[in-house]
Amino acid sequence: MADDHAHPDDPEHGSELSEMDVRVRALETILTEKGYIDPAALDKVVEMYETRIGPHIGGRLVARAWTDPEFKRRLLADATEAANSLGSSDPISSHLIAVENTPQVHNLVVCTLCSCYPWSVLGLPPVWYKSAPYRSRAIIDPKGVLADFGVALPPETEIRIWDSTAETRFLVLPMRPAGTESWSEEQLTALVTRDSMVGTGLPKSPAEVAR
Amino acid sequence: MTNSIHDMGGMHGFGPVEAEPDEPPFHEKWEGRVLAMQRAMGFIGLWTIDAGRASLEALPPLDYLRSSYYRRWFLGLERRLVSHRLIGEEEIAAGRSLRPGIRLNRKLTASDAEHPPLTNFERPAPGPARFKKGDQVRAKNINPATHTRLPRYARGKTGTVEAVRGCHVFPDTAALGAGDDPQWLYTVVFSGRELWGDEADPAVKVSIEAFEPYLLPA
Repeated sequence: MADDHAHPDDPEHGSELSEMDVRVRALETILTEKGYIDPAALDKVVEMYETRIGPHIGGRLVARAWTDPEFKRRLLADATEAANSLGSSDPISSHLIAVENTPQVHNLVVCTLCSCYPWSVLGLPPVWYKSAPYRSRAIIDPKGVLADFGVALPPETEIRIWDSTAETRFLVLPMRPAGTESWSEEQLTALVTRDSMVGTGLPKSPAEVAR
Repeated sequence: MTNSIHDMGGMHGFGPVEAEPDEPPFHEKWEGRVLAMQRAMGFIGLWTIDAGRASLEALPPLDYLRSSYYRRWFLGLERRLVSHRLIGEEEIAAGRSLRPGIRLNRKLTASDAEHPPLTNFERPAPGPARFKKGDQVRAKNINPATHTRLPRYARGKTGTVEAVRGCHVFPDTAALGAGDDPQWLYTVVFSGRELWGDEADPAVKVSIEAFEPYLLPA
C-alpha cells in the first residue's frame, strides 16, 4: 500500500480512486475490528452532509437579513447567535462572522493555509475552494479569480479578502438584487447561491430564476 | 512544519480556478468514509484540530500537491493513528487488525453524529488584550519548524487591528499537545500594496486572523 501508486495527472479527483477505495476500506475494517469506530455512526456522518447540511442554511440567513433589518443587525453583530435564533435543528459553529457587501466593498473568503470554510451554514466546501489555484491566487489576484467565476466589479469597488487563519468562520452577506422589492423571504432564498456567500459569485437576478 | 507547501497564499503558477457545475457532496464513496472516520477518531479526543492540521502539513510537498483533499486527510489520519499507537504499520499492510485495540474513553455513536457537540475555541483571558481596534501592528517575522497559523505572506508586514475577536486556543501550542495556551485573537487588515508592492491594485485589502504572539506594535 505504498503512496507511489498515486497518479499525479489529476490531483483533485479521478485516477487514484480504485487504490483509495481499497486503502480506505482496509482502514475502516481495522478501526472497526479494534472497536474504535461504529460503522453506523460513519453512515450517519455521511448522510448529514449529503442530505441535511448545505448552503440552504446560509441562504435562509441571507434572505432573512434582506427582509428583516433587525435580524440583519443581529447577524452582523453576532452571526452564531443570530443563526441559532432561527431554531435550526443543526447547531451553527461558534465564531461565525457575517461580512456585508455594499456598493463600496465586495468581500471574498479564502483559507490560504488549509481549507477552513463555514461548514455549518454552507455544507462541504467545493473542490475549487480547497484547490491550490484558489488558495494561492485569491489574496494576490482577486480580480483574476473573480473573472474565473465570470464576476466583474466596478474598478473602484474595494475587494476585501478574509483569510480564515483561525477558528473564526466568515459568511458573506451579498447585496439584495435590484427588482426584488416586493419579493418574500422565501422567494428571495432562491436567489442566494453558495458562491455569493463565499464572495466568488453574486446572487441570481430575478430574470435568471424566471428563465 | 511552517514553511511548507500548504502555505500557498500569493504563489503563482497553479492556473485558473475551475469550478464544477452541480458538484456532488462526494465524488467517490471513499471520500465520505474518510470524512466520517476523521470525525469519529477526532471525537475520541486524543489530538487537537491543530495537531490534525500539522500532520497534513508534514506530508512531503509532492505528496501534498498530488493528493486530493480527502486523500490528504486519509494520509494524515493514518500517520496520526500510527504515531498514537492506535494501529500498527503492519496492520495497514495486512488490511486487518492483528491484535486487540487499546481501551478508549469515547466512541462516536450514530446519535452523536446526528447531534454533534459544538466546539468552542474561546477561552477565559489570562490578561488584558495588548491591542485595540485601530492600532497599527506589525506581524513578526517568525519561522518556527512547528505549526503556526501566521502565513508567510503577512510576516514582517504592517497592518491595522480591525476587530478584537476574544481569547482563543493558540494553535502553535495546541498542535504540540501542550495545552490551550489561550491568546487574544485579532482581525488585522493589510493593504494590497503593503503585501504585494507598489504595483498592486489599490482596491485590494487582505485580512488575517492573528493571535497576539504574532504581533508587535508598529
